[in-house]
Amino acid sequence: MPEQLQFHYDVDGGNFTSAGQASVQVKNNLSQLGLDPAVIRRVSIAMYEGEINMVIHADGGSADILVEDGCITIILADKGPGIADVEQAMQDGFSTAPDNIRSLGFGAGMGLPNMKRYTDYMKIDSVVGEGTTITMKVNF
Amino acid sequence: MTITELQQLLDAELLTGGDTNTRILSACGSDMMSDVLAYVKNRAVLLTGLVNPQVIRTAHMMDMVAIVFVRNKKPTADMIALAEQSNMIILSTPKRMYEACGVLYVNGLKGDGELNA
Repeated sequence: MPEQLQFHYDVDGGNFTSAGQASVQVKNNLSQLGLDPAVIRRVSIAMYEGEINMVIHADGGSADILVEDGCITIILADKGPGIADVEQAMQDGFSTAPDNIRSLGFGAGMGLPNMKRYTDYMKIDSVVGEGTTITMKVNF
Repeated sequence: MTITELQQLLDAELLTGGDTNTRILSACGSDMMSDVLAYVKNRAVLLTGLVNPQVIRTAHMMDMVAIVFVRNKKPTADMIALAEQSNMIILSTPKRMYEACGVLYVNGLKGDGELNA
């Protein structure tokens, strides 16, 4: 494996149907690198939840994935409404997603807790009215 | 349990290609994809009444083996194409969620085998 690899994706916010395409590409790219399937799964799930969040709440954003020896970093950045109370947002079951999102299988208030559960490090930088950047790391 | 055995138990229709001798070790029944994403299971099948492309992507992220749509629900052609790209086997059963889960459970497919990350 090369010493460092970087992938960048723009996440389209207008279309829930296509949400998750960037995560699928990341999963495929990481699989080609021959990494441990359990590590790939943790990265993929964390990014997928984050990507869905960006589509639901922030009209899309960007995803950057940095693969280094021993660590994968995922940076998800959006210019959405921001998170007013990060601690509350991290609670299992807390959600501000609209009802139509729940009928699509998401918005159960599990996204952020799942992202934390599957990663070794997670940091949320959010400013109301400006946007949110989430940095996650998975060690291997 | 193999896909063939599952198909017979659920009177299910096979909607994709794939190896029907593939073995399933665990199962998950839910319409909430974030609940599905919360617990990794080993070689699992997802039973759901939700029909949209996120079901396929969720199962793909979880390294699941197959998806069974309950109550005769059928995925769109786009969803089937998406499933085949990720080697996911798709079936549709006339049974309701409760009965489908129960039939698989009493025939030996327990919900355990959880790896959790």
